Amino acid sequence: MLSSSPVRPVEPPPLPEPRGPLSAAVIGALRRGPEILPPVDGTDPYGADLQLALYCLYEMHYRGFAGVAEDLEWDPALLTVRTAAERLFLDALRAEVEPSADVDAELEALLVEPVDGTGVSHHLRRDGETWQVREYVAHRSLYHLKEADPQAWVIARLDGPAKAALVTVEHDEYGAGDPDRMHALLFADMMRALDLDDSYGAYLDAAPAETLAEVNLMSLCGLRRSLRGALVGQFAAVELTSSPGSERLVRAMRRLELPDAAVEFYAEHVEADAVHEQLVRRGVIAPLLAAEPALAADVVFGIRASGFLADRFGDHVLRCWSEGRSSLRHPLPRESPVRAGRVSRPDG
Amino acid sequence: MTDRVARVVVTDEGPLLVSGPVDIVLPDGRRVRSERPVSALCTCKRSRRQPFCDTSHRRKVRGEGDHAQQ
Repeated sequence: MLSSSPVRPVEPPPLPEPRGPLSAAVIGALRRGPEILPPVDGTDPYGADLQLALYCLYEMHYRGFAGVAEDLEWDPALLTVRTAAERLFLDALRAEVEPSADVDAELEALLVEPVDGTGVSHHLRRDGETWQVREYVAHRSLYHLKEADPQAWVIARLDGPAKAALVTVEHDEYGAGDPDRMHALLFADMMRALDLDDSYGAYLDAAPAETLAEVNLMSLCGLRRSLRGALVGQFAAVELTSSPGSERLVRAMRRLELPDAAVEFYAEHVEADAVHEQLVRRGVIAPLLAAEPALAADVVFGIRASGFLADRFGDHVLRCWSEGRSSLRHPLPRESPVRAGRVSRPDG
Repeated sequence: MTDRVARVVVTDEGPLLVSGPVDIVLPDGRRVRSERPVSALCTCKRSRRQPFCDTSHRRKVRGEGDHAQQ
């Protein structure tokens, strides 16, 4: 299907500001070319310095950065740093997450709906404010502007029915042949409707470590074949919990009378992810484990590690909001007056 | 798909999974088209997005934490 929208030129985002010695060294090496990089040991695995360094190294596999030589994606010195940083991050997650190989029990636990939930989407539905919805969307833009891309890495590592079903879900994420229905594009539409900057990477400097860590887990598991089980677990966790979470965001936005163009992204996900949940469980996980039973523990690891990082993100955001301050490193500029009128009134 | 017969999977806990783009005729005669490769049709009647599943069939629990990733 052909798009009716004009094609946007692809422009890589600028490099972010460093947040410590490791990220400064990585960003410096990206800007100036290979140089001697500092040891990674002793860096906080969940801290902003390590998470930003990892994020930048992963970004070389997606869109790169303005002014950075594209082939640095495969620079041995940078890959050495990446591997060391990944080991710290992965070791911390493995130590944090209780191991289990009972995938069915894990999925069952995700398939119940808490009536008294306390996560970010529960807060937004009950008494979120427009500035909080805008912040939430800015955080999420780091993933959703490349939605489904980290999971696409795993396709070549799967076989048979698991591969076919995963591709079916990914195909839907990419608009099922209609570029105007690509989820990343719907997300960008929502950003503009909320008077946010929808250019790729616009909120990287504003994103705290908690936001970066969630996306880094996806890239880590996507790029490493040995973590294909964990990638499928992470994917399942998102698809299984997304539908009710998206419904809460739709209700939050309707209550705040935000424009339809903003609501559409989450409205689409309520319906799409009700299907994806079924496809991931029946079409991907069941045949994957039938073909490779040894991956069960990693599937559970992927589910639990992504849940752990999601909780850290949610705790950070809700703690900031309860103290009346921004959950971003740089508060968003207020909506421009012209746009504010559109944002505060229902569309049409 | 190797044949042109639509496949319908009847799940034990929730929706019917219908393959291919489908035209759905509602009780009031309204027609809804879904272009998705697979559509999940509500059977529990609790969905707020009829005729599609919105996962409202899920068991509700109190005080078991919050697994939502959103």
